[in-house]
Amino acid sequence: MTLDLAQFHDTFFAESFEALDSMENALLKLSAGDADFELINTIFRVAHSIKGGAATFGFSEVASFTHTLETLLDQLRGGKRRVDATLVDTLLRSGDLMRAMLLATQQKQPLDKTRVAALHAEIELILATPGDSPTTTVAAPPANAAQVPQAPSPVQLSPEETRSGWRIHFIPGPKLLRHGNDPLRLLRELTTLAPCDVRVDAKWIPPLSELDPEECRLSWRIEVNGPVQESAIKAVFDWVEGECDLKLEAFGPAAETSEMMPAPKIPPPVEEVAAAVAPPAIESAPAVEASLAPKNNAASTQAAASAAAAALPSAAAGDGGSIRVSIEKIDELLNSVGELVITQSVLSQLAAPLEGHDAEALRNALGQLERHMRNLQESVMRVRMLPISFVFNRFPRLVRDLGQRLGKKIELRLTGDSTELDKTVLEKIGDPLVHLVRNAIDHGIETPEVRLAAGKAAHGVIELSAYHKGGNVIVEVSDDGGGLKRERILAKARERGLVGADEELSEERVFNLIFAPGFSTADVVSDVSGRGVGMDVVKRNINELGGHVQIHSTPGQGSMVRIRLPLTLAILDGQLARVGSEVYVVPIVSIVETIQVRAEQVNSLASRAQVFRLRDDYLPIVRLYELFGIEPQYTDLLDGLLMIVEADGKRVGLFVDELMSQQQVVIKSLETNFRPVVGLAGATMLGDGRVALILDIPGVISRFQAQETRRSTAQQAA
Amino acid sequence: MNIGLESEPEGTSQYLTFVCAGEEYGVEILCVQEIKGWEGVTRVPYTPPYLLGVMNLRGVIVPVIDLRMRFGLAPRAAGGSTVVIVVRVRDARAEKTAGIVVDAVSEVYSVAPDSIKPTPDLGPVAEAACVRGLTSVDNKMVMLLDIDALVTSCIAAPERP
Repeated sequence: MTLDLAQFHDTFFAESFEALDSMENALLKLSAGDADFELINTIFRVAHSIKGGAATFGFSEVASFTHTLETLLDQLRGGKRRVDATLVDTLLRSGDLMRAMLLATQQKQPLDKTRVAALHAEIELILATPGDSPTTTVAAPPANAAQVPQAPSPVQLSPEETRSGWRIHFIPGPKLLRHGNDPLRLLRELTTLAPCDVRVDAKWIPPLSELDPEECRLSWRIEVNGPVQESAIKAVFDWVEGECDLKLEAFGPAAETSEMMPAPKIPPPVEEVAAAVAPPAIESAPAVEASLAPKNNAASTQAAASAAAAALPSAAAGDGGSIRVSIEKIDELLNSVGELVITQSVLSQLAAPLEGHDAEALRNALGQLERHMRNLQESVMRVRMLPISFVFNRFPRLVRDLGQRLGKKIELRLTGDSTELDKTVLEKIGDPLVHLVRNAIDHGIETPEVRLAAGKAAHGVIELSAYHKGGNVIVEVSDDGGGLKRERILAKARERGLVGADEELSEERVFNLIFAPGFSTADVVSDVSGRGVGMDVVKRNINELGGHVQIHSTPGQGSMVRIRLPLTLAILDGQLARVGSEVYVVPIVSIVETIQVRAEQVNSLASRAQVFRLRDDYLPIVRLYELFGIEPQYTDLLDGLLMIVEADGKRVGLFVDELMSQQQVVIKSLETNFRPVVGLAGATMLGDGRVALILDIPGVISRFQAQETRRSTAQQAA
Repeated sequence: MNIGLESEPEGTSQYLTFVCAGEEYGVEILCVQEIKGWEGVTRVPYTPPYLLGVMNLRGVIVPVIDLRMRFGLAPRAAGGSTVVIVVRVRDARAEKTAGIVVDAVSEVYSVAPDSIKPTPDLGPVAEAACVRGLTSVDNKMVMLLDIDALVTSCIAAPERP
């Protein structure tokens, strides 16, 4: 029976990418010199499981690189090497490389071999230079350490640890095979370390009638005849740890016994060996507090096990039982629930005119059904929601790297990163936020010298915060840098003809100029920003999500960009409006107010265009029936209603026959089976099963402007 | 040797035929998803008249095409007896579902490939691009439609100002 491993590839990649994220987070927390044992362990676990997975699936490049990395991490874990800034940097770049390698493997594209080789060599160079921790100075002479890159084992060869041979009793658990492990492979790997004498023990094999071929009932006694260190042997069995009973017994000089029990799931800290070997040295190494006290071996194993056990809950707390479900499944569920809601409202409408005792009971039951439906719909919607930390998590790295490159000292503060957003919104908000943060670093925060001269702290602060407000999520990116230079923006805009020479603009409009395509006030175009692409893309992306961007800035004190986003893309708060026999849904976000028009508020301009006076503003009037070519009930402005709607800072009055109810509608795409139409955001199903079109106000306004332009050119031609 | 089983020549496909303004048209039956009664549509602005609008097909928005109008035949108001044939087609990128309004559904025929005659040069009429060929069944002419081309061309039709 051959198992098709390819079916597990997706899971492996998804889990590896997530693991790399957590590794990066841990690395960033690992400030230089502060060797937090738990953090190092997290990083090690990531490398370890990626190595194992990659080897299992035959991604040998990934496995071999990760193996070397793991060797380095193992030294950190064992306190044999101290963490410093350069090392963290190398590890961060290794994480990036692993991600790139996995991505290339996933997409079946060639690997960047030179990049891999370069970093591989760099890590091996680090491995070849002895760490500065006291343990190594005691244990490993440099001559030995230099051999490490070629050595198959992840730990330096030190004479104290080496025995002339080992007796291993390897008893696999019955489920070992099912978990994809092959004892034969382990044995083969052992034989690469030293000549082995292997004997199989078949006494636990059940009678044929009870034999399950997928269960492993064999065990082995192996004699390794050669000077191999204990950790090298353990490394071979690392992967099956917890699934087997493994007894190690050394023979030859300085015999020691160590027993690995199947209990701790976390790989056994190698330092227990080190602790046994060189207790006085280890005491000064900060990383191994866990195994400090006990000097005798059995106790140290116990202590390490309990330390690992104590570490488990905190590691597991983050993922309190979750399952991986594909988005399509959730969307299917959401669709079905949407259908149920419609069916339920059809039922309610059918029941409404019924009379008699039973009818009342039916209506009550339907009312209950409606409440349950709402709950169900909300719960399903919530499944799609994810905390914004998924997006925020990439910023510590970005700020660190960019700050370093630009020579700026920046502190990043993240608040409200548990605020939840729809997954689709979340995916699309990432890039705009990256643009904004890069801008804040490049243009906002000043260099330490400038900051000190201005009487500010040398450290700049960039704050990313997210919170709920009304039915929206607000995301703010603020910095305490120099602020936007109003005069410079205005001058640049005049130069480019965006603003007339003597036109005076409000603060808000000036700041909005930076969202114009191709607008940049940067004197020098750097590779970070200044090309003028970016802010317009930011604005467009956010508008596409149904969100808004606002900028506030105070010279000398910094700027803040506030993004308002809808909670979800799938549901919209809508106002139903009727024009003739058609019903349209107007997004409530776009509505400012709705008014009954009085004659004196309407002015006709020179052409036949009409404007409406709303307090101090004159607003153009968009007759929806004209724009969409439908037969209305009213053509006189005084009979119908005027909805004041706003988009991109423009306001117009939208003339409709009457308003109907307000309701939450599920947005259905027109594109799925048809095509996008400018002016329409999609469609939805009304309570009676009919389709109603959802207006896209920015689109409606641009339609209207195009229509007016055509009309005035036609008039001029006449 | 024929032993009573109706053996069909290689490549024979079944066509669902329907009547529209007295003419019989056929679509490959594998494209047909279902046949529905008329339930009304919602008009979409800026679309050509033969695109009657969109309808709700179990929670999915589906465009509805009037075949009479598409082929420039005398329009007939949709009513109780009007039938919507729901078809699945492939355009360049994705599979799409659309409804086609016809007068009445007629028969299912098996059509052998060699019985399909090329369409005579009709000149630049709307039908030409959407007709795969002609065949005759019991001395009646049946126009076999290229449903992919028909629906795709309707969806991609330029906006009406």
